[in-house]
Amino acid sequence: MGAAPATHAPAATEEPPVHTTAEPETGTGRRRTLRIGAVLAASVALLVTSVLVTVVLGQADISVRHVWTVLSDRLGLSFLQVDVVGLGADRPNEIRADIIWQLRLPRALSAIVVGAGLAVVGAIMQTLTRNPMADPYLLGISSGASLGAVLVIVGGVGAGVLGVSAGAFAGALLAFALVLVIGQRYGTLTPVRMILAGIAIGQLCGAVTSFVILWVADPHATQDVQFWMSGSLAAARWPSLRLAAVVLVAALLLCLWQARTLNAFAFGEDAAASLGVDVNRIRWLLLVACALLTGVLVAVSGAIGFVGLLLPHAVRFLAGPDHRAVLPLSALLGGVFLLWVDTAARTVFDPRELPVGVVTAMVGVPAFIWVLRQRRVQG
Amino acid sequence: MTAAETTQDGSGLRVHDLSWSARGTVIVDDVELTAPAGRITGLIGPNGSGKTTLLRAVARLARPDRGAVHLDGSDVARLRRRELARRLAVVEQHAGTDLDMTALDVVLLGRTPYRTALQADSGADRALALDALARVDMAGFAARKWSTLSGGERQRVQLARALTQQPGLLVLDEPTNHLDVSHALSLLTLVREAGLTSIAALHDLNLAAMFCDHVVVLRRGRAVAAGSPHDVLTPELLRDVYEVDADVGTHPRTGRPLLTFHPPAASQPPAPAPSSQEDS
Repeated sequence: MGAAPATHAPAATEEPPVHTTAEPETGTGRRRTLRIGAVLAASVALLVTSVLVTVVLGQADISVRHVWTVLSDRLGLSFLQVDVVGLGADRPNEIRADIIWQLRLPRALSAIVVGAGLAVVGAIMQTLTRNPMADPYLLGISSGASLGAVLVIVGGVGAGVLGVSAGAFAGALLAFALVLVIGQRYGTLTPVRMILAGIAIGQLCGAVTSFVILWVADPHATQDVQFWMSGSLAAARWPSLRLAAVVLVAALLLCLWQARTLNAFAFGEDAAASLGVDVNRIRWLLLVACALLTGVLVAVSGAIGFVGLLLPHAVRFLAGPDHRAVLPLSALLGGVFLLWVDTAARTVFDPRELPVGVVTAMVGVPAFIWVLRQRRVQG
Repeated sequence: MTAAETTQDGSGLRVHDLSWSARGTVIVDDVELTAPAGRITGLIGPNGSGKTTLLRAVARLARPDRGAVHLDGSDVARLRRRELARRLAVVEQHAGTDLDMTALDVVLLGRTPYRTALQADSGADRALALDALARVDMAGFAARKWSTLSGGERQRVQLARALTQQPGLLVLDEPTNHLDVSHALSLLTLVREAGLTSIAALHDLNLAAMFCDHVVVLRRGRAVAAGSPHDVLTPELLRDVYEVDADVGTHPRTGRPLLTFHPPAASQPPAPAPSSQEDS
């Protein structure tokens, strides 16, 4: 090679290089920005239509117009119903209205919030640890949540779902705190230590969970534990959704604020530091934010796998590695993905419901193998 | 144009009494050095002599136990990291990423210390990045994927990224280590053309002799010699520091020192027949 740069050298020095090369390159840059904008807009449209469509799907006989009526009633926009001219009023009966408002909508929106959150956390974990296999549960959060939930179920501290969720949340954060204590050294977080500490704590929590289940030998508890380990959105209701949505929005804003900083990690932490990034501060800030978000999500839905691992890879494949595109797109497409997966989980074998984690794995593993093959091609 | 003269006014890089140790082992031991403004300073020394650690301390990637680093008169330890990144850029010996970035994406990373949060790359940023690519003879490579670039091209892109930081000091840690001789020569030529104050750890002593205006020799963490390549790269010093037998001649074209190394005495092959007969 050597010959190629040599031929470029004279051209670059004779004429003003900025102008000769800027034209085509800014062109491709603008095209890329436009493409990402188009993908973002399409994702938002996809998200909205997906909600309307998936809420209709299921056992009860519900139409899009029912959904529209219930939505506009609840949101105080009933004047909009007049505008749906020609279709006439199609007011659903009480039961249908309840199914829409109390079950399907909160479940659909929860799927979106959980999917969006997991995908964003996965993207950030992969960047901060420079490990393409990283996912939101890398730092012991899911096993901690299972243990916390099991202890509440077995100990009967709070019989209601909220009590168990609170236990899961507390367990998740305790496990994460332990991982941080073990994973830091003189206040510095290093990825390898964090990952190893996460594996260790995860194994420990898993072992204690198994022990507790065997000790109690309560089939009901075993079933509940299954819920936390493989994940399900069947219990999603408005109160938990509201909390999760608020935490998601806050975490998302924080992460977007750091999007450019995350780009600087492309060549490793030293490279990031020499570009002016306070690596340790960013790690602490984003890891704690991600752990809080993941803890809340796990409390809502249990530990749903593969979304956080795969979606970021798929998004990078679509939009390139820039976090200013990767993070919002991960949120949007993660939400759409989990919404449809959860819809499949509850409708395909109707009236039996599959655990959503089973479906994400069945969709996710082939997709993941495909991603792996792509990576090999790229070197 | 000796080192001492050009740094009287505080410009350039000055390292004072710098020490760094890991688990009780002293890696950099009380090093004092200056790198004159606008020139290339070579940091040489055997493996494990502390070159990389010293450069890491200069770039504040490692925190020294003792000592200070002054860049154009200001204490590096007191600068905010972003401010430091605008004044000092690093080129590592081997930069790698799995991400699917173009050469231009990589060069634009050099604008990180100048931009905040979601702020988009401005047209000026792109112009700077493209200009930097042109300066390292990579003008046609902006849209090329990082994964398709050769080792020499990658180092040039990294140099372009460093130039895009518009630094006062360029820190290069064995930048030519993985490069063949032609890419090594052209990379260091580009560094020289950039005209910045530069400090480079170099393994190849002939490259150091050819490109450096000032040379600092490290042995077991201590700076044992400093000066022009001519003054420093002597047979005595090479025997002393590297434990090698070498002749130092003059490069026929550059007039710089030219080093010829000899195999260790025990395994020395017999000299070619004609010359040995003439000598005797």
